[in-house]
Formats: sequence, structure tokens, C-alpha cells
Amino acid sequence: MSLGLLSIILLVLAVAGYVLGRRKAVSQVEGDIRKLHSLPPFYGRITALLTAVPAFFLIAAWLLAQPLFLENKAISLINPAELPAGKSAQLVMADVRRVAAGLNMLAARGEDVTPLLASPSALKTALNGAGVVLETEPTPSTLAATAALRDAGKTSRLAMTIAALVLAVAGLAFGLSRINPEYRARNATEQFAMWLLIGSSLVAVLTTVGIVASLLFESIHFFQLYPISDFLFSATWTPKFGGGSSLGILPLLWGTLYVSAIALVVAVPIGLMSAIYLAEYASKATRAWVKPAIEILAGIPTIVYGLFALVTVGPLLRDYFAQPLGLGNSSSSVMTAGLVMGIMVIPFVSSLSDDIINAVPQSLRDGSLGLGATPSETIKQVVVPAALPGIVGAVLLAASRAIGETMIVVMGAGAAAQLSLNPFEAMTTVTVKIVSQLTGDTEFASPETLVAFALGLTLFCLTLALNIVALVIVRKYREQYE
Amino acid sequence: MKDQRLETRVDTQTIKIEARKAQVYYGTNHAIKDVDVDIMDKTVTAFIGPSGCGKSTFLRCLNRMNDTIPSCRVEGSITLEGESIYDPRVDPVQLRARIGMVFQKPNPFPKSIYDNVAYGPKIHGLTRNKAELDAIVESCLRKAALWNEVQDRLNAPGTGLSGGQQQRLCIARAIATSPEVLLMDEPCSALDPIATAQVEELIDELRSQFSVVIVTHSMQQAARVSQRTAFFHLGNLVEFGETGQIFTNPKDPRTESYISGRIG
Amino acid sequence: MTASAPLNPRAHHDTRASLLVQDPRTKARNATEKRFRAYGLSAIVLALLALVWLLISIFGNGLPAFKQSFITMPVTLDAALLDKGGKRDPADLAKATTIAYGKLLASALQAEIAAKGIDIGAIKPKDLAKMISEESPATLRNRVLADPALIGTTVQVTVLASGRIDGYYKGRVTMESAALDKNTSPEQLALADKLKTAGVLSMQVNPGFLTMPDASDKRPEAAGLGVAIMGSIYMMLVVLVLALPIGVAASVYLEEFAPKNKITDLIEVNIANLAAVPSIVYGILGLSIFINFAGLPQSAPIVGGLVLTLMTLPRIIIPTRAALKAVPPSIRDAALGVGASRLQTITHHVLPLAMPGILTGTIIGLAQALGETAPLLLIGMVAFVRDFPGAPPEGLFDPASALPVQIYNWTQRGDPGFVERASGAIIVLLVFLIAMNAVAIYFRRKFERRW
Repeated sequence: MSLGLLSIILLVLAVAGYVLGRRKAVSQVEGDIRKLHSLPPFYGRITALLTAVPAFFLIAAWLLAQPLFLENKAISLINPAELPAGKSAQLVMADVRRVAAGLNMLAARGEDVTPLLASPSALKTALNGAGVVLETEPTPSTLAATAALRDAGKTSRLAMTIAALVLAVAGLAFGLSRINPEYRARNATEQFAMWLLIGSSLVAVLTTVGIVASLLFESIHFFQLYPISDFLFSATWTPKFGGGSSLGILPLLWGTLYVSAIALVVAVPIGLMSAIYLAEYASKATRAWVKPAIEILAGIPTIVYGLFALVTVGPLLRDYFAQPLGLGNSSSSVMTAGLVMGIMVIPFVSSLSDDIINAVPQSLRDGSLGLGATPSETIKQVVVPAALPGIVGAVLLAASRAIGETMIVVMGAGAAAQLSLNPFEAMTTVTVKIVSQLTGDTEFASPETLVAFALGLTLFCLTLALNIVALVIVRKYREQYE
Repeated sequence: MKDQRLETRVDTQTIKIEARKAQVYYGTNHAIKDVDVDIMDKTVTAFIGPSGCGKSTFLRCLNRMNDTIPSCRVEGSITLEGESIYDPRVDPVQLRARIGMVFQKPNPFPKSIYDNVAYGPKIHGLTRNKAELDAIVESCLRKAALWNEVQDRLNAPGTGLSGGQQQRLCIARAIATSPEVLLMDEPCSALDPIATAQVEELIDELRSQFSVVIVTHSMQQAARVSQRTAFFHLGNLVEFGETGQIFTNPKDPRTESYISGRIG
Repeated sequence: MTASAPLNPRAHHDTRASLLVQDPRTKARNATEKRFRAYGLSAIVLALLALVWLLISIFGNGLPAFKQSFITMPVTLDAALLDKGGKRDPADLAKATTIAYGKLLASALQAEIAAKGIDIGAIKPKDLAKMISEESPATLRNRVLADPALIGTTVQVTVLASGRIDGYYKGRVTMESAALDKNTSPEQLALADKLKTAGVLSMQVNPGFLTMPDASDKRPEAAGLGVAIMGSIYMMLVVLVLALPIGVAASVYLEEFAPKNKITDLIEVNIANLAAVPSIVYGILGLSIFINFAGLPQSAPIVGGLVLTLMTLPRIIIPTRAALKAVPPSIRDAALGVGASRLQTITHHVLPLAMPGILTGTIIGLAQALGETAPLLLIGMVAFVRDFPGAPPEGLFDPASALPVQIYNWTQRGDPGFVERASGAIIVLLVFLIAMNAVAIYFRRKFERRW
């Protein structure tokens, strides 16, 4: 049974639960609803909730957990002797999954796939025709694993359907059995809803737990294969396919900080001066269209900036600055990425600074102007110092943005890990290497892939520290003037 | 002592600020109508009147603080020592150095006590070296009767002082540019009675060197600190004269109603 | 002005200059003031110029992607070549490969050139065929397979010209570059000019850019956004279905019910931080939890949707809480006062009043999610996908691409024709974003309430 159909059946059951629950409640008091504890719809609602919600949760949990169990079964069928050199069972499982998916596709088209399982060559041709290209003919144990996977998949799907339907019917029956005139249906409904609300707010917590767990787990895995001191203090980054890689984070951190520093050198003066002008000098009408216009810069997806760096800014800097000055021939460079990223973070600096400058009490400006200070003296010596903590917070948030930014550096900074001072040279960053190590073809369990998690952990800690400091500073600042 | 102050005669006849047929508009709203006032040197002049009568607006016109409000427009003549302060050649920056201002709520800058007082002399370039600046800071804090309380913590932030101390700090800050006139916009309205008494005493002392204009809600305060009083009502200057005469023998019935508490 | 007669009103301050004359120091200070203002103004101008530069660059590069060079000519669908069995049996028809259709198109082009009396110069027939896109035979084949009755007739077809010919008319390919290029030649371009004059070759609006799937490296002219748009829509559906209810429920709990204690404080700090976690970290989360741990398929919109949901949640919760907070307590008091339960108060009164703010926040959160690229790279959405995903909910598990990832994918291709495609795709993406933001602004304007 397809998921769609199952969902529809569950929804129908829920509606039935609503109608039945309501009807039962009303009939028990012979239509005199004043004798009920709650209004009739509540009896319907609680029955419907009990019918549908547990069943849907079951389906979601089943779908998430099912591949885990199925694959454990299938992977045990793979004969280690048949593994090609340099391939692990995990990698073969990827083939198994693809073959199984291909077969399901063929089966869905109404073709008979049973004979294919007996003949690896026929299977390969058939799958090629279906768009699933295999490098080699599948080995018998791969085929066995595939068959097991498909069978288990079918069984599991059937079991899930049955379990969900049973649970729904049981929920319906349970809901109905509880209905009597004294039953506090409204309270029960609200209690149920309250648990859903609490569950929803825990999603955010679970996300953080998930992030930290996934980063930590694989990072520990990585540090078992590769010494942590080399990772943190080595100045070379040369991943090799065959092992023996040097995976020092320093060149990547240097690239990250260099690009971010250029971005801030661009964004902080422009953003701060724009904020000051908008808050202190601009007329209401100017403000009303300039502020949203600058904020458009924050709404443009980073891929757009990436393409801008790649197609426009990079070649421009190369042709008019790097080459004439003899500083390099690369269109991707720290300067390209930094400049474009600087444009991107202008609104992060300007919007928050603008809010913060506006929060400085007018009485301070009056005090300074009343002493005969000019507006710029007032801004420089009273308003900005008063707003300084908030502005620092804004800059830190912008810095965290710049450090965690991926697409602009992937497309604009280059891929060469090196420690150089020349801003027109291609360098690389932590985020670029996370992408390249995790999208490459290396085996998942190798240090070359796992290093991405350690890089991710570094990035997460770095930005988290910046964010927390910035949030604390901004919060303190806000309290000061509230 | 209070009675004695009430009796004090106006002791100088020099006119500092002279307003003739002064009008103030906020957009189309005619906020101040035909005000004629003479502010004397070395005198405390009080502006009294019910809320919204325009007394604060008029005060802010005297050092062009209303310039910061775009819709505000001033007509008529207001002169400082015979020179029109609304002349296009006048730079409000220079004007405000000569006519200082103290605000309703104490507004010390988020800087040290020393820097708060030194702010005016620094921006106007009144001193040649640190020693001179130190001297100005000390003398102003002394004049503001704050020196004894803060002399050992001049580098502490001004915002850490109590409300009354903050307001005296603001007064010290205002007199540090040695203005000729000191405008005070309800300087005690945010203070407790003890701090109010201290500030009032201070105002009386400042009269020996400055011409002081004070806007106040409290008739008792006007009676205690001022020598001359102007009563504003609905944007009009109703009555202007010696404080004693205004409070004991008002000529206009509206003044009398206000003083006896029937309007306001 | 500074006369010092005893009764002169100015006697006391006779050292002061007149108000009407600016002293040198004031002049210098006013100059500083002017300079400072100019700095502020130029900062704004710079920021706006950067925006304009960015937009001009994108639109300049991308607009040509919406037009394409097409070759229009009659093609005789020779039954002997296409249906050897002669029974119009679909299985038989499918045996005719794209190679056969390619030959058909090549000879049709030759015939058309001859019919128009155009001198083909020194071009070999093999090179002549190269002027037609390699994608075109497949297009024609699909058309015939869909309607076998066409076999044996002569039909007017409009097929894509090759990427180089197209690039020539978009200024990407020149006679000089063609001389160095093994995929085209100056003779081809010269012939293309003649074909254009004869009306065989023409620039037309290319709806295929929005509907066709991606194409391989050598066929930029055939690459379209169809699969990517579908994938993005699927992901947005997942985000909307999951993030909106969960986000609103979480906001309601935190804003209206949660006791003020350490735990809720932690949740709040946590949400604020989640909003600032770099998006790539969410990609790592998706890779290790949804793909490696739970074993969901790579490149599937469901995984992308789940990752984007987690990313969007804090961005929905924050504005939703602000919207709930803006509803005055008096309304809650009024409802509670007539005996409604707290949940009834919220569902009947508070939520409807906060709805415009919630919707605005949701749409802006969705718009951000739509443009997000980095996390999708890590969960394999960057794969080359030509098949459209099936109908939801099953289709959510099929491989698909997504708009921003498709853009990235195209920028990594060798053929310069893909840069134009990528820029064109950005225009499509920006149009979606502008539309979403316009709706959000409309909601805000229409329903904005000041309490």
C-alpha cells in the first residue's frame, strides 16, 4: 500500500473517530448536551487525535528507522571474500541499494524482475536500460543481499501498514471506550495538545543535540585514525586517496580568517557609516526606501553572490589588479571572496547597528547638541561610544556569518590550501574543505572524509562562541536603555 | 531663608536676551504667539504655566535646540546682546556655546565624570593643555557643589551617580563652556525632594555669574528660586514681571487662577 | 561690536566675538561635519551601487538563457528507418535509437539547405549535423514514440541548434574562438548566418529552459530547470508542512505556556543560536542523521526538506513569538474572563490576531530556505538527475535536484554555455524570492495592526 493511500485511510479513520466520538457523547445524554462535561466537538476531537496522531508518529519513526534494520540484515549476506580490493562492505551496500532501487523501478513499470535476479548479466543490461548504470556485474552475494533487502523492504512496508492501521483502530476504540458524560473531553484534548506543543519546542533542542552528536561522534572516529595534535597544529593540508594524508587545519583556518577579515574591512565601515547616516541624518522618506534597499542584499541567496564572484568580480580583479601588479593569475582569490562576502554582510552590520543607534536615548544627543557640539561630534563622541557594545555585537554576528559562509568561498576563493599573505592568491577555507571532502568519492570511513566532521566541529565551536558573545553583549546593551 | 530669597530684588538691569513678537510653528500648529520677553543678566527668570502651554518650546528656541525638529519654524525677533540668533549667518554651534542648556531628565554621557565635564571645553577648544582642562573641571564641579562628592572618583562613569548628583553633573557640564545664559528645562522634575533642594540652592548660587532661565511646573519652586517670572498660557505670554508681584498681586485674572490652582 | 562702555550690554563678555561671524575653529568644525556627512552618504551610495552592480551582472549574464537558437525545417519520418517491423508496435518503435533520428535530422537539414539554395561552403556533412543539438534527436524520438501515427509523414519540426551556434548569437562564440574550437568552425558560423537570413535558424523564447531536465556536459543548449524546480517545490512543501505547524506550536508553548525557568531559558538561547549556526553544519547533520544513520536515500527532496525544516524552524519561531507577543494581554484577559480555557483563548483569539505576522515570518523563512545551497550539497542533491520525481508523497523519496544546487552544478561545468544557464537560473530563483517577499509584504501591509 502506498504512503499516500495509507495517509488517506488514516485521515478517514480520524474523521470517523470525530463523528463517532461526538455522536456517542451526544447519544449518551440523549441529546441534552448540557449534561456533558464538555462541548460535543471535544469528544470528537480527542477521539480523532487518539486515532491519527500515534499512527502517524509510528509511520514517521518506522520510515526513519527501517533502513537501519533492513541493511544490517542484508549486509551480513555479503560474502567478504567477494569484496573487490579496497572496497568495504559498506561500499558494496551502496551498490546493493542502487540495484534494489532499480529493480523496484522496473517492477513498478510492470516488468517481471524475478528472472533478472538469476542472471547478473541480464540484470546489468536491464538496469542500464532503466538508467541505473553499474560498473561491474553484481556478484552472487550482492544479488542475494539485494534480494534480501527487497524482500525485507516489502515485508517491512507491509508490517508498517498493518501496525499503523492496527494502532489507529486501537486508538479509535480506546477513545470511544472512554466517552461518558462525565469524561472531561476538553481537558483531555488540551492535555493532548499541550504534549504536542511541548514536543514541538523540543525539536529545537533535539536539533542541537543532533548537530553536536553527529559532529562529535564522527570527529572522535576521525581522531582515532588521525592524531588530534597533527590536525590542530600541522601547517600542511594534502589529502591523498591512498592514505598518508596530511590534514592540518591551520592553512584552512588562515584562509577562513583572511577572507572574513577582508569581508569585515569592506562591510564594517560601509555598514556602520550607512547606519549612522540613516539613523542620524537621513530624512524619513530617504530612510523609508534606502533601508529596505540595503536589506535586499541580505535576502539574496549566497549562491547568487557565489556566481557574482565567479563570473564578474574574480575576472575583474584578476585583469585589473592582480595581473598588472604581478600578484597572480588566479580569478579565484581571497580578495574576490572577501570583497563579495563583504557586500553580503553589509546589511548584517548596518541593520543591527541602525537599530542599536536608534536605541540610544535622544536625551544624550540633546545634551551634547545643547553644549554646542556639532552633529558629527555628537555622533563620534556620544552616540557611537554609547552604542559601542551593541555595534561590537553586530560586528561579531557579521564575523560569525562570514566565517560560516560556504557558497561564496566555494565559488570565489579557490581550493588551494596554503598559508600566504598575498590576497590575490587562491586559498581555501574550512567550509570549502567540508564540502569537498564530503562530496568526493572517497570511502566514508577514511580519515580524508571524516576530517570534514572535525572541520565542522571546529566551525561550529568558533561560530557558536562568536554568537554567544555577541548575543550576550547585545542583550546587555538593550537592557541598559530599556 | 526662603522668604528672604523671595524678597531679593533684581540686581542688574542688563538685558541678555530680548524676544519681540516671537512666534513658533510646528507645521501648521501655532505653538507660541507674540511673545515679548527680556531676560536679564545675573537673574533667575522662571517660566511657569500649565502643561502644553509652550514654555519648554519657547525655552528651546532660545538656543535653537528646536532646529533638530524639521517641522519647527520660528518668526519674530530673538536677540542675544542685540544680535539676532536666527540670523542665517549665525552658527547654532557657536550660539549654544554661549547659551547652555540643562534638561528635564539628567542625561550624563556614558563617560567618566571628568570626561562629562571636559566635553564642552574640548569640543570648543577652550583650553591649551591638560592642566587648564583639569582646572576647569575642578572649578565647574565645585560651582555645581559636586566636587566634594566625586573628587576621588573622577574616572568613574557619570551614569553611576545618583539622580541628584547626575543632574548637578549635567549643570557642571553646561557651565564648563562658560556660557552667558543657562537654560534649564524642568531640571528638578525627575529628582526627589532632597536632590531638588540641593539643585535649587545651586541655581541661586549660579545667579552670581550667569543669567538663568528655568522652566518649572512647580509654582513653589519658581517662587523660591526666581527673581522674575513669566506666565505662559496656551502659547501666549500672559504676564511677565517680578516674581514677588506675580505671586502676590497678579494683574491678569488667568495668572491668578493658575496661581490659586484653578487651572493647570 | 566690542565697545566697552560701562552700560553697554555686551560689556561683560567683550572678549567674545559676534554671533554673526564664524570663528576659525567653528569653520574647521563645520568642515569636519560636512566631511562626516559625505562619508555617510558615500557609504550608502557604495552599498546601493554594489546591489545594482550585482543585479546588472546577473541579469546581463542570465537574460539570454530565456532565448535560444532553434532550427525549423520539415523532416520526413521515414517508416523504413523508424519502424522496421511496419506494425507500429511500441516495442519495435523503441528499437529505433536516437542515432537513427540523428541521421534523419541531418539529412533533413541538408535537404532544407539545398531547397533554400544556400551554398554550404567547405563544410562536411558530418560537421553540418553538428549544428543541430545532440539533444534534438531524442526530442524528436520522444515525439514520435508518443504519436506513432506521425511515421511516414513529413512534419515541420523546430529543434535546438547546437550550443556553439547559439553562443555565436549571444556573443559568447566569435569567429576567432571558433577557429580554435574543435566543436565548431568559422565555416559553421558563416553557414549559420546564411541560415538565419533564410529564416531556417531563429532566436525564439525557450520555454524548455523552465520545463526540461538537466542535460549532459556537452549540451548546455538543452539544459533546463524542470527537475530542479520540481525538487525545490517538493522541498518547500516538506518545509511548509513540517516547519509551520511545529514552529507555531513551539512558539505558542514558549510564549504562552512555558514556565519561566532555567529549562525554557535554555531552549530560548538554543533557538537564538540555532538561527545563527552556519548552514553547512545543517548539511553535516542531514548527512550523518538522515542519510548515514536513518538510511534515507541521497538526493531525495524529503532529506533536503527535513534539513531545511530544521534550519527554518528557528527563523519561523522568532518572528512568530514576536507576533504573539504583540497581541495585547487585554485580549487574553477578555477571553479568559468569559471562561475560555487558555488553549481556547489562544486558538480563538490570539493566533488569528497574530496570523499576519506568523505568515510573514513563515514566507520569509521559506524564501531563505529556497535559496539555501550549502547543506544540500552535502546530502547529495548536486547529483546529475534527469528523471522527474514521481508524485508526492512517494515522489519525495525519488532523486531530484533543487534550484540553487542546479545553479552551483552548472557553474562547475566546462562549457561556457552553462554560465549563461546558471545566471538564467538565478533570475528564476530571484523571481520566486521576489514573489514570496512581495506576498509577505502584502500580508504585512494589509493586516498590520498597531495596538
